[in-house]
Amino acid sequence: MRGVDTRVFYIKIKTVLYLLLIFTIFPPTKVRAIDRPNDAGSAINVQWQKSSDDNIIGGYIIFKRVLPDTTYQRIGSTGRGVQFFEDDNTQDDEEYDYVVAGVHNTELFYSEPSNVVKSYPQVFHTGRINVLICIIAFTFALSYFVTKARTGKNLFVRKIPGLAAVEEAVGRATEMGKPILYVPGLGDIEWTATIASMNILGEVAKKIALYDTPLIVPNTWSVTYTVSKEVVKEAFISQGRPDKFHEDYVRYLTEAQFGFVAAVNGIMMRERPATNFFIGRFWAESLLMAETGAQTGAFQIAGTDSVLQLPFFITACDYTLIGEELYAASAYLSREPLLLGSLKAQDIGKVVVLFILLGFTILTFCNINLLSLLAVQ
Amino acid sequence: MKRIIPLFICLLIGFSMIIQFFIPHPTSLEFGSTIYKWVIVLIVFALVLAIGNLIRHHGTKIRRQKKDWPYSIVTLSSMIGMAIIGLFWGIQAESLFQKIYLNVFAPLSATMFALLAYYMASAAYRAFRARSLEATLLLAAAFIVMIGFMPFGQYIHPRFPAFAEWVMRVPNMASQRGILLGVAFGAIATALKIILGIERAWLGGKE
Repeated sequence: MRGVDTRVFYIKIKTVLYLLLIFTIFPPTKVRAIDRPNDAGSAINVQWQKSSDDNIIGGYIIFKRVLPDTTYQRIGSTGRGVQFFEDDNTQDDEEYDYVVAGVHNTELFYSEPSNVVKSYPQVFHTGRINVLICIIAFTFALSYFVTKARTGKNLFVRKIPGLAAVEEAVGRATEMGKPILYVPGLGDIEWTATIASMNILGEVAKKIALYDTPLIVPNTWSVTYTVSKEVVKEAFISQGRPDKFHEDYVRYLTEAQFGFVAAVNGIMMRERPATNFFIGRFWAESLLMAETGAQTGAFQIAGTDSVLQLPFFITACDYTLIGEELYAASAYLSREPLLLGSLKAQDIGKVVVLFILLGFTILTFCNINLLSLLAVQ
Repeated sequence: MKRIIPLFICLLIGFSMIIQFFIPHPTSLEFGSTIYKWVIVLIVFALVLAIGNLIRHHGTKIRRQKKDWPYSIVTLSSMIGMAIIGLFWGIQAESLFQKIYLNVFAPLSATMFALLAYYMASAAYRAFRARSLEATLLLAAAFIVMIGFMPFGQYIHPRFPAFAEWVMRVPNMASQRGILLGVAFGAIATALKIILGIERAWLGGKE
């Protein structure tokens, strides 16, 4: 009998302690609901201060009420230690308030309701102010140097061996009586590298038109095909040689990456171009094409902004336009003062960025972290 | 007019898309989405022209029996065959189209990709001949990284793998970021030059 009494006593004690524990758990506090910033509406952020018993409870459950309703609907849950929930299922014309409950076993400990809030779309993304400032500053710099170039002031541009060799490359093909192959990359027209490649193609095609050398421009995308065809055609017309342009110069091959490689390699092996240009955006196919070209003994000029493909081109080609040289090529080849002026703006931009990076690094050493100013949302 | 209209469209759409980037309002997002849909429509039109070019090029080659013309028969018959199979029997899983794609096209693509290993060996041989200071530096860096990432590296010296990791993380990363910085400015400048009509090579130059 004594043993049974003791067990009943302990059960009673445990029950009392459990009830005490339950009644002393504090709910989350200071629940605040705000419209999610910089969005298209339909979302509200809910924040709260976690419960004082955060280490005991199992997590939080979030409830929402559409005013003037009286009942709250459960909309989600989080683990313990969390103080934030994103409700991305709201109507912009309705008012809401929120309650957050701490969970312990099956018991819920409710907070006070939050403020009443409405979601709405923003007309300006404040998280992108830094980008806007940079674009405006760069546009001003560009306009300034272009205007300066228009006055006729001679701007110095360092020699870029890869571009200086274009004349030699075209001349070589003419002397050998063999075609020139120009691959504008595997990027579609939305890639800036492809657009830069089209600009270079225009300048190369002008030289080719003068020398009357056959040209092969294989394309992987239908839009790049139509653009490159127009670029080559216009280049021939601008040189007074529209009759020398053949529709066959610019070809559409396939959108398949390795199908394109097989076709281009086939062209290189069968038609043996004297000069190969690989200029634009490239991926894994870069070495397959450049190495085949090297094996055929062609003179090769490559250019890409893809950092990972640059080593392949450097090893397999005679000249390689590295990164920004690709974008400078059009200005370098055409020698148009307006385009040369834009190169100066790029250089100034780089100097400014260099100073910003240097300044921010020094400030970080002084425990002043301003890197968040550079973050783009 | 032939120049002015494309330049005006380029200026209008270019600036509209820049402004759209800064406006998260649904109207702005809808505008962006509509432009992208129009791009798809343009791609379809361009595809018709591109396929026309493919048929014309290979058709002429077959008709005139130019050098290697039988390959053109393979190209055209493959293209037309796949188009007919896809149009009449569908492209769903287990369809004939998918079977040909998975059992013919995919292995052929994989074969091309696999050739990369051999091409890398021959390119590495050419690059690693220490003919100049740059080539010697390249050879030394490649040697350190390759040995460092092999299990054998730690037997040479316990700190060898860490040194190889440092080469990748510090000098290599610094140079990559330097290139990327130049690329970013070049890309922005090219985009602005085209939008503002300063760069007109894509229209055949200034003439």
